[in-house]
Amino acid sequence: MKRKWIAATAVAVTAGLLTACSGGSGDTPKNEKVTLTYANWSEDQSPAMKQIAAEFEKANPNITIKVQTLPWPEYWSTLQVGAAGGTAPDAFWMLADHFREYAKGGQLLDLTDTITSNKIDMNVYPKPVSDSYTYEGKVFALPKDFDTNGLWYNKALFDAAGVKYPDDTWTWQDVQEAAKKLTDPKKGVWGIAAPIDAQGGFYNTILQAGGNIINPDGSASDFASPAGIAGLKFWTDLQAAGESPTLKQLSDTEAVSMFENQKVAMYTSGAYWALRFYKNPDLKDKVDVAPLPQGVKRATVTSGIGNAGYAGSKHPEELKKFLAFLGGTKAAEIQAATGTVLPAYQGTQKPWLDSMPEFHLQVFIDAIDYSVPLPVAGNASEWQGLAPQFLTPAWDGKKPVEQAAKEYQDAVDQVLAKK
Amino acid sequence: MTTVATKPVRRPTGRRTGVSKPSGWWGLAFIAPATIGLIALYAWPFVSTLLKSFQDVPAFGPATFVGLDNYTTLIGDGDFWKAFRNSALYTVIILLGIPLAVVLASLIEQVGRGRAIYRVLFFLPVVTLPVAIGMVWRFIYNGDFGLLNYVLSWFGIDGQFWVADPRFTIYAFGVVGIWMGLGINLIILGAGLQAIPKALYEASSLDGAGRVRQFFHITVPLLSPSIFFVTILSVISALQMFDLLFIMLRGVNNTALTDSKTIVYLFYEKAFVQFDQGYGAAIAIVLLMVIMIATALQFRLQRSWVFYG
Repeated sequence: MKRKWIAATAVAVTAGLLTACSGGSGDTPKNEKVTLTYANWSEDQSPAMKQIAAEFEKANPNITIKVQTLPWPEYWSTLQVGAAGGTAPDAFWMLADHFREYAKGGQLLDLTDTITSNKIDMNVYPKPVSDSYTYEGKVFALPKDFDTNGLWYNKALFDAAGVKYPDDTWTWQDVQEAAKKLTDPKKGVWGIAAPIDAQGGFYNTILQAGGNIINPDGSASDFASPAGIAGLKFWTDLQAAGESPTLKQLSDTEAVSMFENQKVAMYTSGAYWALRFYKNPDLKDKVDVAPLPQGVKRATVTSGIGNAGYAGSKHPEELKKFLAFLGGTKAAEIQAATGTVLPAYQGTQKPWLDSMPEFHLQVFIDAIDYSVPLPVAGNASEWQGLAPQFLTPAWDGKKPVEQAAKEYQDAVDQVLAKK
Repeated sequence: MTTVATKPVRRPTGRRTGVSKPSGWWGLAFIAPATIGLIALYAWPFVSTLLKSFQDVPAFGPATFVGLDNYTTLIGDGDFWKAFRNSALYTVIILLGIPLAVVLASLIEQVGRGRAIYRVLFFLPVVTLPVAIGMVWRFIYNGDFGLLNYVLSWFGIDGQFWVADPRFTIYAFGVVGIWMGLGINLIILGAGLQAIPKALYEASSLDGAGRVRQFFHITVPLLSPSIFFVTILSVISALQMFDLLFIMLRGVNNTALTDSKTIVYLFYEKAFVQFDQGYGAAIAIVLLMVIMIATALQFRLQRSWVFYG
């Protein structure tokens, strides 16, 4: 580890800028050795997190960062139990849909002062992401990365069907027409994948139809409104026309795998698949991405991971210093260079774009301009879990979309009405 | 042996009591590690779960006492009853695997050389990573490209979406559950079989009893204590089924998950996904009661079929 630091001395100069900042603000020049833990749930991103931690340690020799990676299902239960019992990691990844519970419960370190004293400009982060980590006017996490959605497509299948590639002029109608032409039951190829996917699917189309997912004050959902129904119908129509694998097929073989196996020609989803497609030698030359098609307007939901600190940490000053570093350019650049995620810090995404030049990944960055935060009102994990139960009959064609949407809306509203 | 243990120890009173008292403390000291572990890891979590089941426990912050609210919600909760039915159905399927295990165990017992190979083969699932098992079975059950449907197509049978179609999910999981439990069951039953005196088989074959008759009249009765033990263990673990569902349906946008949740999956979802720990605790307590009743019932029933030589 130590050798690695020495090898990376060159980059340390840049890091020095940030530490000079935070060093000046800290009024406790203690030199005692402090160890902070930093938890995440991604094996893929763990090396980048360790690299960031090493970078920080180099500039702050008295602070040691221990990076912990927990599997996804254990992450939240461990964090919750740890926070309640006073043993949570010092710094950890946060998601918008869990954020409110933690902020409301007073478990997160208030970073508002840190932002002022470190002169962190919140405008460098995509606003929908930074907004989702603000609670009652206070900032509790700095955005680490973000994701928007695009239309992934398979050029080889488009060529075979003689269909023009998608571009930024495409509307819903273009997608529907293309899906029809691309579907070839004899070859086992479908035009598009239409699973019940909130973030990559129907949330976007509802917004594109001019609707809301949850109304602005978070008291009720909007699925049964004309726009809500139109947004859901976009997908159920594709299902009814047989232009997508059925829900059962998509249950057995996930949409992304269908796309990877070149069974579907189009797949709307996030930037997070880029590296996986790029590393797949069968796909690298065949795949590209376009902006999501427009409905009444252009829209995509966006969300991102935030780096938060535990309010019960024994070393709040050092922790604030570390969190400020995590929100800075150096940490963003390390992430971008690994190609795993799209860093939230404005202007640091270039290494990410350059790492996969064959894909038009700029569409994900351009999408920030028309992005809307992923709705997280109320007990988000509870009402989000209701979608498959209520929407499956509509997707399977067993219930009219209007009826399924109404029942879905009622069930979600019931959860939102609690407390 | 028994006479020694049960014989009342006559101690001369007075002189000896002074010694026996401190030795009692020593006894406590020696069992302390186990006792403390038991209290910390079993008794305390149980008490705290019981208390939580009468409270509304938010993710963070103080809990409030709500009496029987969680339990009354639970009785009226369709999701709970659905989960209860799923767990019960799964348990019944797992029980069907026990006769299979008994037959297999006695067949393996008759294998002369290479018996160990069969034991290892059947034991492999026990030591295999559950995630790997989940992946393999997902492939076997896949509706489009699955091995099972491929084999069925040889016989002109139309395949199904075994996991994705809620009509089949629990049955499909039952088969995996039986297969996974086979290894342990065969070890326990195999040990039981070896305790049966060979002379009985020899004597009965002299009297003209065939293999089948020997199986039903010697093997099964004399093996019944082991079968009983295996049944108790299987029912408890089947009622606690969670891992298969978690591995095979989680994360995937699976249409069957809504209809195939088991009691423990529902508990996980309420307590750790939806932050409703009080309700989760109530589910856990009800599950405990169900397991206790099922086990007590089996102990009652064993009188009529278990034969302790």
